[in-house]
Amino acid sequence: MNQFTPVAALSGGLLIGCSAVLLFWLLGRIAGISGILFGALEQAREGGTWRLWFLAGLLLGPLLMRAGHVISFVPRQDFPLWALVAGGILVGAGTRLGSGCTSGHGVCGLGLRSRRSLAATMTFMLMGMLTVYVVRHVAGVLP
Amino acid sequence: MRRALAALSCGILFGVGLTLSQMVQPDKVLAFLDVAGSWDPSLALVMGGALLVTAVFLPRIRARGHAVLNGFLYLSSKKKVTARLLAGAGLFGIGWGLCGYCPGPAISALVLNPREAVWTLAGILVGFAIVHLLFERPDKARTAPGL
Repeated sequence: MNQFTPVAALSGGLLIGCSAVLLFWLLGRIAGISGILFGALEQAREGGTWRLWFLAGLLLGPLLMRAGHVISFVPRQDFPLWALVAGGILVGAGTRLGSGCTSGHGVCGLGLRSRRSLAATMTFMLMGMLTVYVVRHVAGVLP
Repeated sequence: MRRALAALSCGILFGVGLTLSQMVQPDKVLAFLDVAGSWDPSLALVMGGALLVTAVFLPRIRARGHAVLNGFLYLSSKKKVTARLLAGAGLFGIGWGLCGYCPGPAISALVLNPREAVWTLAGILVGFAIVHLLFERPDKARTAPGL
């Protein structure tokens, strides 16, 4: 599982970049998933229901790939529930406070050379690495 | 109609990219964040590949000043690096390191690993609600996502 997969990573990344460019070019929207998800729930006052369509696509993409046997996906199992939930809460609160996530800051914001996005991306990368270091190698509480 | 189709297509492309690159596999994400363990640099190439495209085209579209189907470009007006931005990004990083999911993969994983993804996604929504209720007044204009 944990070996270097440069071709898949790079081609997947290119597709994500193309999606972000197309969304900005066609709808003038930033492909930031945390913002899209929040906006969809908040019932977007402007711009209609494009967010729901985008989110539907986010589900349809992997569904199509699995149906076409493009990928063999082995789901992670027995991961501690507390980490899934606590991680989720921190991801939700953090991306809301910090105005974006990996896609909004890391893919779009950096592409637009935003200083805020650079600061945010360096911060969440660093904190992510630090967290994995602590829970795996210091406390040893998570696999 | 055309906008819905455009948004759906972009969503599918994004979801395919996340799946192909294995961003939807939290083990893979955690292996990237685990620099002190058996480090797997793959995900640096996901962001690198995406940035190759966005860094070239997004600034050009911004310079053009309008979108094809909407006319208007929705961009954040925020320019300053604030304590709030850094605190938020820091909390997000901690959560990401705990569960291995950021928001996009958490949604796509609803299809691939629903037993995990429902819990993380529920957590994300709770996190949204907490910040929204504590820090975002309902009359305040919503900020553009992502920047």
